[in-house]
Amino acid sequence: MDDRYDLRLYVAGQTPKSLAAIANITWLCGRYLPGRHSVEVINLLDEPHHAVIDLIFAMPTLVRSLPKPLKRIVGDLSTTERVVLGLDIAARSAS
Amino acid sequence: MTPMQTELPAPQLAKAPTGIPGLDEVLLGGIPAGRPTLICGSPGCGKTLLGMTFLVNGATQFGEPGVFVSFEETPQDLAANVASLSFDVPGLIAEKKLAIEHIRIERSEIDEAGDYDLEGLFVRLGYAIDQIGAKRVVLDTLEALFANLSNEAVLRAELRRLFGWLKDRGLAAIITAERGEGTLTRHGLEEYISDCVILLDNRVQDQVTTRRLRIVKFRGSAHGTNEYPFLLDDQGITVVPLSSAGLGHRVSDEVVSTGVPGLDAMLGLGGIYRGSSLLISGVPGSGKTILGASFAAAACTRGDRCIFFSFEESAELLVRNVGSAGIDLQQHARSGLLRFETKRPTSFGFEMHLAHMQRELDRFRPSAVIVDPVTSFRGPDSEVHALLLRMIDILKTRGITTIFTSLTTSEERVAQSDFGLSSLMDTWVSLVDIESNGERNRGLYALKSRGMSHSNQIREYLLTGEGVRLIKAYLGVAGVLMGSARLAKEAQERVEAQQQRDEVARCRREVGSRRAVTERQIAELYAEIEAQDAEAARLIAQDELREMAFETDRAAMGASRGVYGNGEDKSQPPGQTLYDTRARV
Repeated sequence: MDDRYDLRLYVAGQTPKSLAAIANITWLCGRYLPGRHSVEVINLLDEPHHAVIDLIFAMPTLVRSLPKPLKRIVGDLSTTERVVLGLDIAARSAS
Repeated sequence: MTPMQTELPAPQLAKAPTGIPGLDEVLLGGIPAGRPTLICGSPGCGKTLLGMTFLVNGATQFGEPGVFVSFEETPQDLAANVASLSFDVPGLIAEKKLAIEHIRIERSEIDEAGDYDLEGLFVRLGYAIDQIGAKRVVLDTLEALFANLSNEAVLRAELRRLFGWLKDRGLAAIITAERGEGTLTRHGLEEYISDCVILLDNRVQDQVTTRRLRIVKFRGSAHGTNEYPFLLDDQGITVVPLSSAGLGHRVSDEVVSTGVPGLDAMLGLGGIYRGSSLLISGVPGSGKTILGASFAAAACTRGDRCIFFSFEESAELLVRNVGSAGIDLQQHARSGLLRFETKRPTSFGFEMHLAHMQRELDRFRPSAVIVDPVTSFRGPDSEVHALLLRMIDILKTRGITTIFTSLTTSEERVAQSDFGLSSLMDTWVSLVDIESNGERNRGLYALKSRGMSHSNQIREYLLTGEGVRLIKAYLGVAGVLMGSARLAKEAQERVEAQQQRDEVARCRREVGSRRAVTERQIAELYAEIEAQDAEAARLIAQDELREMAFETDRAAMGASRGVYGNGEDKSQPPGQTLYDTRARV
């Protein structure tokens, strides 16, 4: 299970950017990581202390905790190719 | 402390005091309580420390918890950096009086994909603030965002929102920013924070650093407008609002001793006025420092607090050297009345020297100060003069009696090397070398002394094991006699005095013997009188006997002739008449 993806998406309430990010990551995972991912959506308004742990300052932020190393992507994830690049999905799929 | 506070009206704006000595005075109370304040400056000029001091003072002195948002240093580093200032950051954090939010932004770990905002920052800040009920916030430094995130449009919009958000929450916030080229901040933060802007400056001139602080703007409040030097050392930050020259200082009629009895005697009042200034100028080795130390010892003996600013000798050296002249400064230092401040004149700039001096004066509150020597300040004459002028003003406005020593070289004599100091001084004592008869002697005279009569004599003085001793002036044919000439004169006087004493004794003896002679003569005369009296008595007695014998003879003759017959002569003895007659003689 080397190529399992553990992702956390930090959002702040039901803002348009939050909703867009949730939609985008759901679509992305379904497309590129079917069956080998978990996405946890964390609403910082409910759990603000989580922001400290993952050094969150921008909203929304996607954190890849697995595979290592830890990666952060800020934004609503609308530019798919950058997310794919940032999560190293293409490289790992090829190998 | 500064005149500004009294001259300007009370501020209308609610303010959050920083607790930084001097800064609150310049700000007339503190930074605005419900608005962000921008502090900008080049690296290493103390922005972070100022922010941390603001929070720690707020937590410890004003009961206002604070949140420090660090974009650069870790909480551990921050705590370690200020631990030397006795700021107990971990303790304050444990007491929930302080929170440190470290927002680490590492460009290499972050990708940007699509639209985003800084809501996460708001959430974290809001969370931290709510956790401890913070009233104060420091953001150090927001520019890390610009360095690590590429979407400047988003950043600017978000920062504008952040400052509005801080304002809405009524927080006293300090935002630090790097100084930019030609602008206050590198990323133009001053466009968003325009209520209060403080500029820190770290200027190096002639390899000497001077830190300065200026309030660029402060909406809704008056403030000090000058550049104020500030100190950044083991005492933390101290801003020193150098008060401008004023002549409105208190005047005292009290006279204090200079510590040298002979010098006191030369000055008409037996010393110098309390709060006045005494300049002691002299050539090398003339004992200026010893005179200064005498004054310090005298001040401490009176119970006055005293600071000895020594720019040439270390405290230990000074104590030892003046100790050889019988002046014990160590005991006064131990009793806490005397403090030494030893700094090389070149160790920092003039402004810093003044700032340092002013801080020490305000902290120790001495009533006597020695500055030894003022001539050790090197630089353009005009600057040195301005420095000394302000130094004198600082001391005078505090009513501190001050002794300045000033080094003159033999060629210059007086008036040349004093930077025009003399006109600022109340009393000026000049120590001179007098070379004559193949030797060098020390002379001292009072060049001027305002408000009192003073001796016009050049007096010789000696540096003895019991301090400075002034010697009676001898006027010879060619002037004042000193050294061996004086000794010769003294020896001569001693001989003359001895002669005089001998003469008096001789006179006394002579008078005594004459008196004895006269008394003897009187006794003889008395004896003569007595002898004469005795002779007279003997003659009278003889005469009586003779008379009695005569009467007896006559009576016997009469009886023999039978005169007794008429009886009238019998009522009175015949000798009675003779006795009466003699008694009348």
